[in-house]
Amino acid sequence: MSSKKPLLQARSITRSFGQVQALRGASFDVYEGEIVALIGDNGAGKSTLVKCLSGADRPDGGEVLLEGKPVSITSPTHAQSLGIETVYQDLSLAPDLDPAANLFLGRELLKPGLGWLGVLDNSRMQSEARAAFRELGTELLSFTAPVASLSGGQKQNVAVARSIAWASKVVFMDEPTAALGVVQREKVLDVIRRVRDKGISVVLISHNMPEVIAVADRVEVLRLGQRVARFEAQQSTVEDLVAAMTGALIQEDVA
Amino acid sequence: MSSPTTEHTPAVRPTLANRVREYAAGSGTIWILGALVALVIAFTVLAPTTFASAYNVRSLFTDAAILLVLGVGMTFVIITAGIDLSVGSVLVFSGVVSAQVMSAFGGTEAGLLGVFAGLLVALLSGVAWGALNGVLIGVFGIPPLIVTLGTFGAALGLAKVLTNGVDDRNVPTILADTIGTGTIGGIPWLVIIAMVVTVLGALLLGLTRFGRHTKAIGSNAEGARRVGVAVKPQLIKVYALAGLLAGLGGFLSLARFSTTTIAGHTTDNLTVIAAVVLGGTSLFGGIGSVVGTAIGVFIPAVLQNGFVILGIQPFWQEFAVGVVLILAVFFDQYRRRARSKGASRRGKHPAPPRATESLGAAPPAPAGAKERINNG
Ligand SMILES: Nc1ncnc2c1ncn2[C@@H]1O[C@H](COP(=O)(O)OP(=O)(O)OP(=O)(O)O)[C@@H](O)[C@H]1O
Ligand SMILES: [Mg+2]
Repeated sequence: MSSKKPLLQARSITRSFGQVQALRGASFDVYEGEIVALIGDNGAGKSTLVKCLSGADRPDGGEVLLEGKPVSITSPTHAQSLGIETVYQDLSLAPDLDPAANLFLGRELLKPGLGWLGVLDNSRMQSEARAAFRELGTELLSFTAPVASLSGGQKQNVAVARSIAWASKVVFMDEPTAALGVVQREKVLDVIRRVRDKGISVVLISHNMPEVIAVADRVEVLRLGQRVARFEAQQSTVEDLVAAMTGALIQEDVA
Repeated sequence: MSSPTTEHTPAVRPTLANRVREYAAGSGTIWILGALVALVIAFTVLAPTTFASAYNVRSLFTDAAILLVLGVGMTFVIITAGIDLSVGSVLVFSGVVSAQVMSAFGGTEAGLLGVFAGLLVALLSGVAWGALNGVLIGVFGIPPLIVTLGTFGAALGLAKVLTNGVDDRNVPTILADTIGTGTIGGIPWLVIIAMVVTVLGALLLGLTRFGRHTKAIGSNAEGARRVGVAVKPQLIKVYALAGLLAGLGGFLSLARFSTTTIAGHTTDNLTVIAAVVLGGTSLFGGIGSVVGTAIGVFIPAVLQNGFVILGIQPFWQEFAVGVVLILAVFFDQYRRRARSKGASRRGKHPAPPRATESLGAAPPAPAGAKERINNG
């Protein structure tokens, strides 16, 4: 792992919501072509950190480096243009639109010749969406029913498919397996590995420790808005991770 | 993993019941179209010579034309989970400034140039009011109900200031004789214009990126923002579109009545909102159709017309529309609930307890969605 180059680095990120200090100088590293798990107790600040790194939220302070260069990620669109995609914990799907429309939301394909009028190329978006789901190894019975009519797991698949379809550098996945059954969960984990094998880094947030150890290359632990520990997944146990999450084990000097 | 054919998502089974439920959930317009057809048949049977006469049909359509123009804009607004109470006042204001400009070009004697200047001014003033609504709602995050209630009063007030509250009757004769009362091949200009607006509106909503982003915002504004939909500009454009069509409505109203009808549009907003909702557009946002709105406009119009012809007190129309409106919203909510219930029933694996929190997609959550626009 040490041979790998850092891709995305967060340094001492702070973010407060009124009285609540969600991030108190949190650092976080993503290396090229790895799966890194970001773990921590409820409220540790994982989702907030992800939002700050994917442009959905702006940090109050701290520094973000992409491939060694400081960047200020100003908006989700900006993050996307940098090759960063996100599966948000609340999924961020439009429930009234169908899966294909969601997959291409904000990046719609337009009919050749009629694009200047903004006319959508629905058939091409439908077929490309089907291809994307096939790649994911999941099937949807209907590509034209609104997302609201899908099961929880299927919704999650739509969000995952959308993120990996567009990512070129990093995919953040905030609890992508939370609503899934055993079979679906395995599929998503497989997808995560395949994305990594394509050279795209994956940040996986999960509360499932065996899952984390099974799929991640590295693990970073967040506690009370700060990074408290880093592990190589192969050399760590569930007990280590839990100890770090609960504060029984602190590796890092946190100011 | 490599052979997707062997891996079926365990969740969905295409039973007939599911199909039917999905279909009913998708198409609210079918029911309301059925209701309209039933009304038309009933009145035609009860009063074949009067209700179905060419004259009556023409006047029915003419009466509905301006409301339909307003309704197209309102459909887009309501699909964003917004509302526009200002349409009637913007119509009046646009009519007033348009009439004043045409007066400067010679009033009743004004030529084509004057009429075009009047049209331009009406459209511009409509867009200006609409864009103002859009900025206050999209950028400043003030709730649509309050913003448009404010501009509802402000636009009407300014219209009265400009005219001292006295209707301006200096409408060019060539305008009144053509668009106002003229026909092409037996079809009134007003009806043709309304139909063109409706068709363009339907295409815009159904086939374009503009329409899709409108639905996405009403469906999940924060989600749309996160995937790069420009939510604030889109909201401004949607309200500006509603304003543009209200401005056009003001011009058409001038043409039709040859006066500014300052006092005649205070309930247009409610009439139009009712039509849009009757037409299957959801007040919670995300769902709607322009074609549905067209049907929704005709239900009250046909009721009113039919009651008059049958000698029933026309006041019953107001009562009937009120009842139907409440039913329409009730069924909308029912449909949405059935849809999300259907989805969870089809999920075989019980979700872990944390799952409910992560399924942010479960409708209806319009209030939250609207608030989230403001934080963006
Ligand atoms: N928009 C917000 N407004 C106010 N407080 C917030 C907001 N977002 C997060 N917080 C607070 O910040 C803290 C960290 O929240 P965050 O969602 O990042 O935790 P998390 O680690 O993702 O937890 P979980 O495992 O439960 O998802 C919490 O105390 C939360 O209440
Ligand atoms: Mg979280």
